[in-house]
Amino acid sequence: MDQKQLREQENRCIQEQAPACAAICPAHVDVRGIAAEIAKGDVVAALKLYRKAVPFPGIISRICDQPCKAVCLRKDLGGSIEIAALERACLEFGSSSEETVKQLPRKSKTVAVIGGGISGLTVAHDLARKGWGVVIFEAGDRLGGGLWKSPPDLLPRDVLINDLKIIEELEIEVRLNMSVGGSGANGHGTFLGKLSQEFDAIFLGVGPHSSEIPDLQMNDNGQIAIDPLTFQTSNEKVFAGGDVLRVSTLYPNRELKHSAILSISDGRRAAVSIDRFLQKVSLTASRVNEGSYETKLYTNTSTTTSQAPLIETDLSTRYNIEVAETEAARCIQCECLECVKVCPYLDHYKGYPKKYIRETYNNLAIVMGTRHSNQFINTCALCGLCAEVCPTDVNMGEVCHEARVTMVDQKRMPPSAHDFALRDMAFSNGEKFALAHSAPGLDSASYVFFPGCQLSGSTPEYVEKSYAFLRENFDNNVGLMLRCCGAPADWAARKDLFAQSQNEFYAEYEKLGKPKVILSCSSCYQMFQKHYPDVEIVSFWDVMNEHGKFKKREFPAPITIHDPCSTRRESHIHDSIREIITKMGGEIQELPLSREKTECCSFGGVMWLANRPVAEKMVQQRINESPLDYVTYCAMCRDFFARKGKRTLHIFDYIFGEEKSDLAAAPAVGFSQRHENRARLKEKLLRDLWSETMPDSGAFESIRLVLPEDVQKQVEDRLILVEDMQKVIEYAERTGKRMLNNSTKHYLAYFKPNSVTYWVEYTKNDDGSFLIYKAYSHRMEVGIGAPK
Amino acid sequence: MSEYFDPAKYEGWVCADCNIPLQLSKVDVSYLGNSFPVDLLKCPNCGLVLIPEELALGKMAEVEKALEDK
Repeated sequence: MDQKQLREQENRCIQEQAPACAAICPAHVDVRGIAAEIAKGDVVAALKLYRKAVPFPGIISRICDQPCKAVCLRKDLGGSIEIAALERACLEFGSSSEETVKQLPRKSKTVAVIGGGISGLTVAHDLARKGWGVVIFEAGDRLGGGLWKSPPDLLPRDVLINDLKIIEELEIEVRLNMSVGGSGANGHGTFLGKLSQEFDAIFLGVGPHSSEIPDLQMNDNGQIAIDPLTFQTSNEKVFAGGDVLRVSTLYPNRELKHSAILSISDGRRAAVSIDRFLQKVSLTASRVNEGSYETKLYTNTSTTTSQAPLIETDLSTRYNIEVAETEAARCIQCECLECVKVCPYLDHYKGYPKKYIRETYNNLAIVMGTRHSNQFINTCALCGLCAEVCPTDVNMGEVCHEARVTMVDQKRMPPSAHDFALRDMAFSNGEKFALAHSAPGLDSASYVFFPGCQLSGSTPEYVEKSYAFLRENFDNNVGLMLRCCGAPADWAARKDLFAQSQNEFYAEYEKLGKPKVILSCSSCYQMFQKHYPDVEIVSFWDVMNEHGKFKKREFPAPITIHDPCSTRRESHIHDSIREIITKMGGEIQELPLSREKTECCSFGGVMWLANRPVAEKMVQQRINESPLDYVTYCAMCRDFFARKGKRTLHIFDYIFGEEKSDLAAAPAVGFSQRHENRARLKEKLLRDLWSETMPDSGAFESIRLVLPEDVQKQVEDRLILVEDMQKVIEYAERTGKRMLNNSTKHYLAYFKPNSVTYWVEYTKNDDGSFLIYKAYSHRMEVGIGAPK
Repeated sequence: MSEYFDPAKYEGWVCADCNIPLQLSKVDVSYLGNSFPVDLLKCPNCGLVLIPEELALGKMAEVEKALEDK
């Protein structure tokens, strides 16, 4: 996966976007953060966040026009958050006399700020803190400009005076009664001309009549020309803000809206430009989301209950600390996390796609050192639910699959991640299971039934019965193909193994005369759609729904349907399944997440093998969603749920199963049994339908094992198959290479039939069978021949 | 890796083929091109090596995982 594709997915994730309040606030006050801190009782931290965005916190908290309230997601759920009241509470309960203003060491350059209104004061504050010398020129006899026009009961004068003390603290020089406009002609005789010689930069924060200031170029509307991004005028040293900027950019709208928070934003932005100008760096680089903007963040409020503020609030309301905490706790804490909320895997790693994609990219770029995200990448079930619920279609499945492809290409895929599943696939495509035949008595086929390896492993009898059903309904003209569709190779990003499996399929498919392929496994269906575009496929369930004759069954209670995740895009299959159940008399109660929003059982993407704890969370979440019996149509979903004790039926249990037995409680089929079931199915079908026999067995297959129940569970957990243990014992008994415990008389032997070394502790029974005490395995190689 | 299992627990094991007790000695174990000398129980005659269950499922599995992520 190249960086561009990755960045594209990463940029689509909106979780890191600002909430609506902070985005619309021209000064980007972190309302969400402030509310969170107050709600947890930390007003000091809340005040710190507030001060970061606003240099005159007392003033703003009393006169802010609060544009945030118009976009607050609480607005229609009890009323917008009363942020100004919370800000006042921060100042009241979080201020301390020990607060000091941080200021960088004094630099040599000096800036003239013309106009002592709130935008000019903000510029002066920001630049002085960065160490630049600042002189304020104010036409009146005091600082504060229009702030003094605010009603004193709204903005008490002590608050105003107190907030402006910082100008003195920062050692900013103030020259009062200094008017700059009006007189003079073009050139150096004007005040501005003189200032430009004396100062390194100038900020014009003057009132609405500043168009009278000479020396600056006008725009087409006769207003001072100002760059809307940098606020620079035609004189590179001169920057503008406040009303002069508004008059210029909003012309001909003369209705000037005075907004203190907007003036602060203007001042901040001009200060950034002036700072960069003085440092001689780019004025325009990376200036995004300055000023007011609309966020792209999505927040789902469908489960948020309405809640009004504790007390009616206006700009003069004072909260006590309890009221402030209650008000702050009303904040929804807007964020997206739609995917994380539905996926235990994405939740497990405590992040979200944007972060995960960055980590994935970094992981792939590591040359020396530990690749910490390997397991994250291999754990994804590739099920696509994230994309389904994502407001911007970010698909972690695509990201993780592409990352796996890169890891395989780089030869950095952990060998153990998918090995067991790939060997299972090799078994299914080997002589023990693979079979391709036209119907008995025919040379070619119009249709071929492809039941897949897992249904054959779990319930081989249903493969026989469904094959018989198909032959009956299609004039016997249905062949049979037993093999794996290649899904494990696709999930493991092993293109080589997938291609090999695909080639083998095509060879048989062509011999059969390119029949239509009838698929009952949804993973097979997905693989055929993705990788076999030229093969005509039909869903077995659509055929069954159309041609089946269904008996009414006993349904003691409603059932719920678990759609396999690989049917996500196949609504016709969802419909067929529901129609079949209805025809049999079943009442269906849908799960909250079903059809296109269904969840994976943890089999997808080989998740269950890559990360068992997360896979178990995945299963647990799904089976906790309803107390009803689950009905599904994927053998692995059925077995994964049954293994965790959830009553689950395969729809075949209703169609072909014995009505009297409680099939929902049937145990899951283990890995060794799956192999045996597949082999026996092939043997039986060959014998019954085509009068053929199985190829000869290996010597190890005659080794008979006795496995006590606890040992059976142990080997299943450790992914050790009966055939692995048979091979160890066959080798040990044939060569004598084994160890003996003199007191217990147990033998211990090992053998390495593939990349894994298996150990078995056993004794031989009188009847020639072998009693197994334990088995374990490792991948490290031992002794002579180990490469150094 | 001998500190990850207790050799005393395996005193009763002998090489069945050679009928002599296993002895603690240095054996190379390797994975993905990395090799480590380890004290393991080994037949001094034929070289048959015993990997205890707790070593295979403990330290060895840990090292395998670490090397796979390198």
